[in-house]
Amino acid sequence: MTDTTAAPAFRGASLTEPDARTRRRNAAERRFRLLGVGAVAIGLVALVILLGSILNNGLSAFRQTYITFPITLDAAVLDKQGNRNPEEMKKVTTIGYGKLMQQALLDALDEQGIDKGDLTDKEIMALLSKEAPADLRDAVLADPSVVGQTIPVNAFATSRLDGYLKGRVTMESATRDANISPEQLQLADRMEAAGLIEKRLNWGFLTRPDASELRPEAAGLGVAILGSAYMMIVVLVLSLPIGVAASIYLEELAPKNRWTDLIEINIANLAAVPSIVFGILALALFINTWGLPQSAPLVGGLVLTLMTLPTIIIATRASLKAVPPSIRDAALGVGASKMQAIFHHVLPLAMPGILTGTILGLARALGESAPLLLIGMVAFVRDFPGAPPQGLLDPASALPVQVYTWTQRADPAFVERASGAIIVLLVFLLTMNALAIILRRRFERRW
Amino acid sequence: MSLGLLLLLLLALTAIAFVAGRQRALASVRGDARDLHSLPGYYGQTVALFTAVPALLFTLLWLLVQPVLIERNVTAMILPEDIAVGSSRDLVMADVRRIAEGMAVLQARESLADGEIAALATQPDALKDRLSSVGVALAADIRPHIAEAALEYRAETAFGRSVMGAGALGLAVAGFLLSLWRLTPQFRARNVVERFTGVLLIAASSIAILTTAGIIFSLVFETYHFFELYPARDFFLNLTWSPKFGGGSELGLWPLLWGTMYVSFIALLVAVPIGLMSAIYLSEYASPAIRSVAKPAIEILAGIPSIVYGLFALMTVGPFLRDWFAQPLGLGDSSSSVMTAGIVMGIMLIPYVSSLSDDIINAVPQAMRDGSYALGATQSETIRQVVFPAALPGIVGAILMAGSRAIGETMIVVLGAGAAAKLDLNPFEAMTTVTVKIVSQLTGDTEFASPETLVAFALGLTLFVFTLGLNILALYIVRKYREQYE
Repeated sequence: MTDTTAAPAFRGASLTEPDARTRRRNAAERRFRLLGVGAVAIGLVALVILLGSILNNGLSAFRQTYITFPITLDAAVLDKQGNRNPEEMKKVTTIGYGKLMQQALLDALDEQGIDKGDLTDKEIMALLSKEAPADLRDAVLADPSVVGQTIPVNAFATSRLDGYLKGRVTMESATRDANISPEQLQLADRMEAAGLIEKRLNWGFLTRPDASELRPEAAGLGVAILGSAYMMIVVLVLSLPIGVAASIYLEELAPKNRWTDLIEINIANLAAVPSIVFGILALALFINTWGLPQSAPLVGGLVLTLMTLPTIIIATRASLKAVPPSIRDAALGVGASKMQAIFHHVLPLAMPGILTGTILGLARALGESAPLLLIGMVAFVRDFPGAPPQGLLDPASALPVQVYTWTQRADPAFVERASGAIIVLLVFLLTMNALAIILRRRFERRW
Repeated sequence: MSLGLLLLLLLALTAIAFVAGRQRALASVRGDARDLHSLPGYYGQTVALFTAVPALLFTLLWLLVQPVLIERNVTAMILPEDIAVGSSRDLVMADVRRIAEGMAVLQARESLADGEIAALATQPDALKDRLSSVGVALAADIRPHIAEAALEYRAETAFGRSVMGAGALGLAVAGFLLSLWRLTPQFRARNVVERFTGVLLIAASSIAILTTAGIIFSLVFETYHFFELYPARDFFLNLTWSPKFGGGSELGLWPLLWGTMYVSFIALLVAVPIGLMSAIYLSEYASPAIRSVAKPAIEILAGIPSIVYGLFALMTVGPFLRDWFAQPLGLGDSSSSVMTAGIVMGIMLIPYVSSLSDDIINAVPQAMRDGSYALGATQSETIRQVVFPAALPGIVGAILMAGSRAIGETMIVVLGAGAAAKLDLNPFEAMTTVTVKIVSQLTGDTEFASPETLVAFALGLTLFVFTLGLNILALYIVRKYREQYE
């Protein structure tokens, strides 16, 4: 204060100019902060890339290439007796329908004046999916009155042609491909110009069953979505009452003793057991010991119930705990028994929280695949399971498992479909989470 | 009597019991509910419980015991000469069951009388044709003796079912009448109902213990079977993994354990710094606005199912690493690799590490920060030298829990890490893990007699022990050091 020149000589710095050490410390501060920003940014970028890559690969699965042409359903071929009896018409196999389709396709090309090049009739027919005659047959058997008429038919194009329009197959790759040739693709170009080939929204992706390795264009998620829905029903029906009952006991009634300690430790540990271990349990107990069938939604539902229980119990206990003791005291004060206080007052007030936790638990269970692999859900299932309760024992698939099955197939067209299936799965999860958030916002009370 | 009909009847009887119990309680005090010990509804519930519970328990017990008894009786009927070469008693018994089921279908579809079925059973060839017409195809010819056994099986099953139905209904009616008869206004109906509810609640909470017991029991039991077929010493000490379904497999644990550890290590290398730094940033630096956006966004990563990460590894990360790192560096040309699986798994674990650490950092008392600021420390110095050491035990616990997650993760490694079991240091090489091999040994048609299948249970037990150990260790560390600052 008295000698203003002494301080600079001592410290070598002014109050306005930071000295070297302060600058270094401030730089370290900024670096640390930047590291933090960087870490958050990496997390967010990873999220964006993850979702972006799935959307980028999968959105095209919802659009499919169709070939549209008129077809005359010749009664002389399809219904020799002429009485339109579906039972008798079943004798005509898909080969018969295939021949009809081939002729109709060739006629359509001639009519439009499209140059067929040097392709044989069979190679032109190969542009259609192998599933197309079977689809036509199903349509005719479902409505025999169309026999004899000329109807427009929307047939799936083969997956290679579909891939060509989506950029997955190129002229160059076609030269090395046994299933498609560049000449066929050139014909397809001409057909597209004439409006015979078109990409359109494919609802079949959501409703059709899985298809064989050679027909990716016809594969859909129908059985998988139904199987997952069945499993969610089983999980909901079992885990909600059991979870709520267990939570009520542990939170409201349980004395503090060894037994309840043991239960608490078990629940905490079950939440941390790897999901694949639950699959092993299901295989050993439900399938080998109890003799339940493989690939059944009931078994899947049981495993997922065991996995979801800890989640639901933890959520339910939290929301029971959030109900203030004054509510219980008031109920007890006017003469209610302990059970009456819980079931008439505490439980209804905790219900929104319980339901939110249950929905989040279900969302977790919906995305789980590892244990389902072990109980035979990877099997190729083309038949839709029947109506519950019997249908719970029919073989079915599940959404996440269908993704896995498709990634294991050789044809790259299935990778697109696997990504599409992931999008469907994520839409379901998003809906469930949104529902949980809305429930929480609307009904949860703060005391 | 079919099970569905029986349950429906019991349900109807229970409903009647409720109404009757309530009415009788009210009638006993001439309609003045104040003279009753409990509310009238509780009397109804008591009678309903006495009607339904014993009958249901009896049905359940019967359903468990009946197949065992019948199986034993009918199996005893099968003579040694009925068992073809290469077949076994169990397989013949399976045939008997299928024939009996086929007979039931045949009877239902063509409305045959029991006598006609019995007559059919004496002509094995005709029986076989008729059965195949209803979709029950049998490989071998039906021996007359087997057809007889099937008839016996049918008869005993039908008899058992009717006894079960009669017994259950009898118990229900008896319980109904007895409890109705014992109803008096002084009867403590509410206490009975509440005690029963209490028992149900305890039973529900014991399911957690049963599940753990089931897991441990099935793992240990099948692992024991495995060690009977394959020496435990080889499993723990052999350094090669090459299962051959023809026999002569080498099933050494080490290549799988190495792959698991390597993938998990890389995953933690990715997840721990990023997760920890973002937790620090979000809890110490970020403004409430940024925090309210960034924290849920990062937690979305935790809600995404692991199959999605698996597909991401397979489609995007794997090819990217192969084309930009592995091939230019000459380290390999496989798109599935330890690196692929590790990085993707690391991304999956980021929210796990960050939300656990966030909680722990927030639990460090503000007074400690204030003290540090008062001495002139910058914010980062406070974090590094005061907050971080205080939160360290919790953070170590969080990392261990993340590690246990990484070890048990299945779908990412199935799709991203590869299937070749080897001991290698190159992170761009495909390696495999314990979980991958559990999946590959147990999917498809499995027969539970070969060491190649049973080894999956030993692997499962290894996995269970490791994850449990890590979790207990984490819990121990957290508990031991938690209370220091409270």
